[in-house]
Amino acid sequence: MSVELKDIIKEENLVYKKTPVLTDNVMHYCPGCSHGVVHKIIAEVIEEMGIQDKTIGVSPVGCSVLAYNYLDIDWAEAAHGRAPAVATGISRVHPDRYVFTYQGDGDLASIGCGEIMHACNRGENIVVIFINNAIYGMTGGQMAPTTLLGQVTATTPYGRDAKLNGFPMKLTELLAQLDGTCYVTRQSVHTPANVRKAKAAIRKAFENTRKDKGTSFVEIVSTCNSGWKVTPVEANKWMVENMFPKYPLGDIKDI
Amino acid sequence: MAEVKLMKGNEVLAEAAIRCGCDAYYGYPITPQSEVMETLMLRKPWEETGMVVLQAESELASINMVYGAAACGKKAMTSSSSPGISLMQEGLTYLAGAELPCLVIDVVRGGPGLGTIQPAQSDYFQATKGGGHGDYHLIVLAPASVQEMNDFVGLGFDLAFKYRNPAMILADGVIGQMMEKVQLSEYKPRWTQEEIDKMSDNWALTGKKAHRSHNTVTSLELDSYKQEVFNHKLQEKYKLMEENDVLFEEIQCEDAEYIFVAYGSASRICQKAVQLCREKGIKVGILRPITLYPFPKKEIARLSKQVKGILTVEMSAGQMVEDVRLNVANNIPVEHYGRFGGVIPTPEEIVEALEKQIIGA
Amino acid sequence: MTEEIIIAGFGGQGVLSMGKILAYSGIMQDQEVAWMPSYGPEMRGGTANVTVILSDERISSPILTKYDTAIVLNQQSMDKFESMVKPGGTLIYDPNGITHEPTRKDINIYKIEGTAIAAEQGNPKVFNMIVLGGFLKVKPIVKLDNVEKGLQKSLPPRHHKMIPMNIEAIQTGMKSVEVVNQL
Repeated sequence: MSVELKDIIKEENLVYKKTPVLTDNVMHYCPGCSHGVVHKIIAEVIEEMGIQDKTIGVSPVGCSVLAYNYLDIDWAEAAHGRAPAVATGISRVHPDRYVFTYQGDGDLASIGCGEIMHACNRGENIVVIFINNAIYGMTGGQMAPTTLLGQVTATTPYGRDAKLNGFPMKLTELLAQLDGTCYVTRQSVHTPANVRKAKAAIRKAFENTRKDKGTSFVEIVSTCNSGWKVTPVEANKWMVENMFPKYPLGDIKDI
Repeated sequence: MAEVKLMKGNEVLAEAAIRCGCDAYYGYPITPQSEVMETLMLRKPWEETGMVVLQAESELASINMVYGAAACGKKAMTSSSSPGISLMQEGLTYLAGAELPCLVIDVVRGGPGLGTIQPAQSDYFQATKGGGHGDYHLIVLAPASVQEMNDFVGLGFDLAFKYRNPAMILADGVIGQMMEKVQLSEYKPRWTQEEIDKMSDNWALTGKKAHRSHNTVTSLELDSYKQEVFNHKLQEKYKLMEENDVLFEEIQCEDAEYIFVAYGSASRICQKAVQLCREKGIKVGILRPITLYPFPKKEIARLSKQVKGILTVEMSAGQMVEDVRLNVANNIPVEHYGRFGGVIPTPEEIVEALEKQIIGA
Repeated sequence: MTEEIIIAGFGGQGVLSMGKILAYSGIMQDQEVAWMPSYGPEMRGGTANVTVILSDERISSPILTKYDTAIVLNQQSMDKFESMVKPGGTLIYDPNGITHEPTRKDINIYKIEGTAIAAEQGNPKVFNMIVLGGFLKVKPIVKLDNVEKGLQKSLPPRHHKMIPMNIEAIQTGMKSVEVVNQL
C-alpha cells in the first residue's frame, strides 16, 4: 500500500511552521544573503515573546529598506543612518513598546555613526540589529567602513588601501565602551548552530528592553555573495576565513 | 480670563507647547532660540503633563526624533535657527513624504553659512518652497508679536494634523528675544492613546493591532507611477490649503494708495513707517501675510488693482517679493527694500525707499 | 500716550531688569508694552541696551532710531544715543564715568547721581532703581503703586522681601534728579 501525500500533510506530522510574524511576501534578497535568516529569527523571537502588538521596527536605507514588507509589525522607514534617532523619538513617547532598528554597515557605521553613538550613549531602551557584510549591497557593492583591507569593491577596485581609505571599523567594540549599552554581542548565521546562538542573542536583547536595561546591540557578521561576487557557499567560507579574524564572534559586553 | 504676562517670544514658544498638549520636544541649542529648550528643561513638563523633552546630539538627530514621535501620531516639535534648519531639511522632506504632522520653529538669523546671530528673514525661500528635495511644501506661519508666538504653536499643530503635513513657525531674533504682553493659552490635555487610535488608527505606529494590518510609515515608493499618484495627492492637499487656510492681516489698506507687503518683524517696523508716511500725507497701508505658505495670492491681486505701487520690505535680499510679483494683477511697480545679514531696517529708511523706489520712480 | 525709551549702559548695571520692571509697571496699568534687548556676544561684559515702549495703542516697531527718552549710563551710550533723542525729548544720565557732557540744546537733559548715591548708601544693587526713580520724576508715565505691583510680578517670590528697599531707592532717585537743560 503506497503512502499518499494527503496522508503525510497532517497536523500531527508537522515538524516546522513559518512564524505568522513573517508575512507571505516573497523576499527580494539575493539567494545566499543573510538578511532572510536574520528576519526570520527576529520574527520568531517576537512571536515567542508574544510582543507582536508591542513591537515597532525602524528600517534603514540599504538592502533591508523593504524589511517592512516581511515582518508583520508596525514599522517606520528612516532616512539613511537616522534609524537610532527615529527609534529614540518613538521609544521616548512609547516607553512600554519594544523598539528596534535594523541597520546595515553603511547605514550604521558610516552615515549614521553620530546617531548610533549618541543613542547608545544615552542608553535608549532599544535593540539595534547591525548587519555587517563589509560592503554596500543596495547601491552595488561599494566600500563600507567595515570593508577589509585589500578587499575589492566597486570603489576600491584595487583593494582597500589603509592609506587611501583608512581601516576597517570595529564600531561594535567602540559602542561597548559607552555606559549606555547593556549588551553588546557579535554573532553570525552561517550554520544552524550559529543561527541558534544569534537567535538567543536577539531574544536576550528584547528581554533587556522588557527590563528597561538600556541599549542592546547585536552585530551579525553577514555575507553578501552578490557584492563579493562569489557563490553563497564560497561567501560563507570567505567570511569565516577573512571576516571572523577581524570581527571575532561572541559577547563583548553583558551587564 | 487667563493671566497677562510679560514674556520673551522664545519662552512663550515653550510655554505654549506645554499648554497645547505637545507630547515631545527634541532640540539642539543654537542662538537666538536656545531659551526654548532651556525654558522647557526648567519647567519639567514631564512631571506635569508627561511631555517628553530631550536634547539631541544634532539637528539631524532632533528632526529624526520628531519623525519617530510623529510617526506614532503624537504632537512632536523642534526648534532651531537657520543653520540648524538647513541641517533639518533632510528630515523635513521625509516628514512631508511620509505625510507626518509636526511643528518646526525657525527663529531666523542672518546667513549664508554661519553668518550672524542677529535677526533676519532670509530663510523665506527655504521655508516656503520646500527646502529639501522633491515636490513638497511646509505650512508656514509668520508671527509678528509675542502673542502670536503663543497662538501659532497651537494653530501650527492644528493645521499640521488637519493636513498631515509638517508646519513651520518662521520667526526671527527680534520676535524671539523681545518681551511683550501675552495672554497664554488655557491648558489642553495631551491626547490619550485612545484618542490617537481613533484619529490615526490607519497610519500611526502603536504596535500592530489584531484588527488591522501593520502600519508602515515611509516615504519610499519604488514604482514611479505610484509615486506620481502620491505626488498628485500632495498637490491636491496644497490646493486645499490655498483654498481654506490662507491667513493675512490688512492694516490701514482701505484708503491706501501704496502698500507695504511685509511679514513678521518687518511688518512691525512697517507699521511705524506707515505712521511716518501718513504724517507726511502719504496714504500707505500694509498687507501682512500670516501664512507664508499658503501665500495670500488673491489679496495681492485684489490690492494691486487698488494701489499705485507696492513695496515689499524684508530682512533679506528680496525673496517674498518674487511671490508678490507673481500675483499682482495690474501693471504697477513692485519693488523690494531690504536690509540683511542681521541688519534691521529702520522706519525712516523704509519711508525713504517708498518715496524713491515707488512714488518718485 | 506712547513713550519710546532706550536704556543703555554696561552689562551688570541692571539695564535689562530696569526695563523689565518699567514694562511690567505698564502692564499693571493696562498699557501695551514691548521690551527689546540687544543680544549676542556684545552682551558679554560690553554694553547692554534695551528699548522699552509703553503705549495706550498697539505698538508698532520695537526697532527704533528716535526715542522720546534716553537713559544713559556710560560714555559709549552717550556717544551713541544722545543724537537719537527726538527734538523736545528727554535725556537722563548718570555723570559717573561721563567724560563728555551732553551738548544738545533742543532736548531736556537731567542728571542723576545714581552710582554715587548707591555707593553712599552702601548698596550698589539699587543703582538701577535710583535711576528709574529719576526717570519717573521727570516722566511720571507709570504710578508708583503700579511699579510696586510690577516688581511683585517681575521678581521671583523669594526676592519679594527686597521690594520695599527698591521702592525706597526709586523715591530717593525722584528726589535726587537734577535739571541740566530744560526747554
